[in-house]
Amino acid sequence: MDLTVGPNFFFWDAAAVRQFYRSLANAPVARVVLGEVICSKRLPFWQDEIPQAVETLVAAGKQVAITSLALITLRRERRQTADLAGMGLPVEVNDLSALAHVPEGTPFWVGPLVNVYNEGSLRWLARRGATRVCLPPELPLASVTVLAQAGQELGIAVEAWGHGKLPLAISGRCYHARLHDRAKDNCQFVCGEDPDGRDVETLDGQKFLAVNGVQTLSQSTASMAWQVEPLRDAGVTALRLSPETGDFAALCASYSDRIAGRLSAADLSARLQSGGRRLSDGFLTGAAGMEWSGNRV
Amino acid sequence: MTDAALPHVPRMLAVAMRPLPLLPLSVALGAVARRMTRSHPTMLRRLGDHGGRRFLIDPVDLPFVFLLVPSRSTVTACRRDRLPVHDARLAGPLSAFLAMLHGAEDGDALFFSRDLTIEGDTSAVLALRNAIDNAELDLSAELSAAGGRFGGLIRQALAQAERATGLALHRMDDFGEPL
Amino acid sequence: MMELVCPAGTPAALRAAVEAGAHAVYCGFADETNARNFPGLNFSREEMAEGVAHAHARGAKVLVAINTFPRAGAEPVWHRAIADAERAGVDAVILADVGLLAHAAEAHPGLRLHLSVQAAAANPDVINLYASAFGVRRVVLPRVLTVEEIAAINREIDVETEVFVFGGLCVMAEGRCSLSSYVTGQSPNMNGVCSPASHVAYSEEGPDLVSRLGGFTIHRTPKGAPAPYPTLCKGCFTSEDQTGHIFEDPVSLDASHLVPRLARAGVSALKIEGRQRSRAYVAQVVRAFRAAVEAEAAGKPIPESALARLTEGQAATSGAYAKTWR
Repeated sequence: MDLTVGPNFFFWDAAAVRQFYRSLANAPVARVVLGEVICSKRLPFWQDEIPQAVETLVAAGKQVAITSLALITLRRERRQTADLAGMGLPVEVNDLSALAHVPEGTPFWVGPLVNVYNEGSLRWLARRGATRVCLPPELPLASVTVLAQAGQELGIAVEAWGHGKLPLAISGRCYHARLHDRAKDNCQFVCGEDPDGRDVETLDGQKFLAVNGVQTLSQSTASMAWQVEPLRDAGVTALRLSPETGDFAALCASYSDRIAGRLSAADLSARLQSGGRRLSDGFLTGAAGMEWSGNRV
Repeated sequence: MTDAALPHVPRMLAVAMRPLPLLPLSVALGAVARRMTRSHPTMLRRLGDHGGRRFLIDPVDLPFVFLLVPSRSTVTACRRDRLPVHDARLAGPLSAFLAMLHGAEDGDALFFSRDLTIEGDTSAVLALRNAIDNAELDLSAELSAAGGRFGGLIRQALAQAERATGLALHRMDDFGEPL
Repeated sequence: MMELVCPAGTPAALRAAVEAGAHAVYCGFADETNARNFPGLNFSREEMAEGVAHAHARGAKVLVAINTFPRAGAEPVWHRAIADAERAGVDAVILADVGLLAHAAEAHPGLRLHLSVQAAAANPDVINLYASAFGVRRVVLPRVLTVEEIAAINREIDVETEVFVFGGLCVMAEGRCSLSSYVTGQSPNMNGVCSPASHVAYSEEGPDLVSRLGGFTIHRTPKGAPAPYPTLCKGCFTSEDQTGHIFEDPVSLDASHLVPRLARAGVSALKIEGRQRSRAYVAQVVRAFRAAVEAEAAGKPIPESALARLTEGQAATSGAYAKTWR
């Protein structure tokens, strides 16, 4: 089992992006997916960093893929998506529309925002050229097990969500703009003020969700700290770590130690929780996604 | 369906009903309930496991409440000061229940407008509402049929009561001839 | 005339829809294969066959929604639903999952396929992909598009489009939301339910009606204000110094005044949401929209309808059809 760093969901400035991918060059991860997945309006602010980041990561021996947007509607977005196929990197499809632009037979990856719930979907994607699929975080362990097995038969590497706030929904509406009483077309990029998303609480003050432009995430950070063995037994070959602020290379190293058996589930959880962070892993084995199996130990 | 407020049972009438003996009322209602479940077998099938739930039907403008247990086909009238144990409670004016029963009002719309409130097992309430809606019940027809040779008289009396009170006492969306 | 596609959660609602003027009725089997898997709702195999016979005898079509995403290891349940729908003589099945679409195209070549809104196909490229890969004949468009965008899509595709004109409004891209399972363990994609009743608790706290879902407070509705559904995305929440409906107000869609513009945008069919609603709702909404499409076809103005009372929040929005919604 190894590690994949997923595309950054948040709006960071060019300097932060540069620093982030530089730090990953020496991190113990096998591959990195980069590119803009949430909002096409953000891309001009940091797209010039992409070629350098790709070069650095490839030179460091990482596999690199470029992501599509999660929701493609505008003509500009369709053009951007068509251009991805010509970048010389595998495309990670995070909206099925991107598949329309990948020439049939060209290998591609499938991200966690595409609905792959069953063997039939996996089979169809394999036939189209998929070689790697990160399953939707919503799936229970029973489904992950069936799909990882099917993936082995189909020659698809199956990845599972490893760490990060959960991508729960995507919308045509921008909640950041709405919170600032602005229209999406005049958002003034306010999502950039919240580099890990903006927290949403219930009326009773319960921590609940986080908004990130048109995306809604969990407020809790999903962590597979306690699930490494069950996932490995199921046949999952990689865990996906989702970018966040802070020392991300160190976080990658912690997960790498956990996979290699150098760090226990309890120690990794304790390390993650030290800043008061709430963890969850309920989609896999709990009654609801927000649950945390660390509480049961 | 209209935008007008739902009719309430006049207070005078509600007061007059207060001393009514509940046992005969329960017996009569039970007979109607049994008839209905017999003639609408899909109702219980639709309810599934929820059929065994105890539903407290609380017409807020009447002096008593009803405990409905669909799987046993029982309806028991109870005094408001001695509420029976129940799994779910539905409260609203009698007219709301009758209108819903007869396809004249939508249950969700009554909930949105706060005419109907729900407590307890929300799933069971949903199942009950959907099962009843599909059964296309007609209280006037059921009562008349249960009344045997007095059926005609009962039907006339109910039609008169409907005109006087504004309560929906027969099926309102029957595609056939009106009652 | 544009086709009016109407909801039926029960055989009684199907008959009410046909009687009120539905050109087509959509419904589902009473299990996890459809996205309105609610207690007491939906059709047995026998009821489906009877419903099809009833509708066909009166010139109406029946479309069957098999629009959840099959559970890994349990695909035969969904495959049986498609086979049984075809056997019942339905006019089309409405699917969302690519695996299921591939199966239907292969195993049931004579069956007409519609793409469910749960697939959230929001641009011509992906619609053309669904058409060429599976032979999909009609696409139900997600509720995130403006009328102009719908018109632009129709210029670039060869299949029919169907759009929602009335009822509950998903704020998120449909089929791509797991808010519900994050809180309750059950989701539209996997279980055919969103914010399920089994996890809802209502309580009267002082003058407020409080609704909680999986222990999270979703609404506190003061006395006299309309009560909303306890749906997560329409809840009232706090973010920093702001409290309100952060995602969407508890309102529902009414696009009756947009019927002429949707016709000009090349839309083939108009869809009414509400399989979970009563036959009273179905009859009234279908009647109003049948009058609207007839008026449109005759070049007459759209008659005013009085449907607000039936809508959540007792208020209506044009939703994403107006660009300002975003």
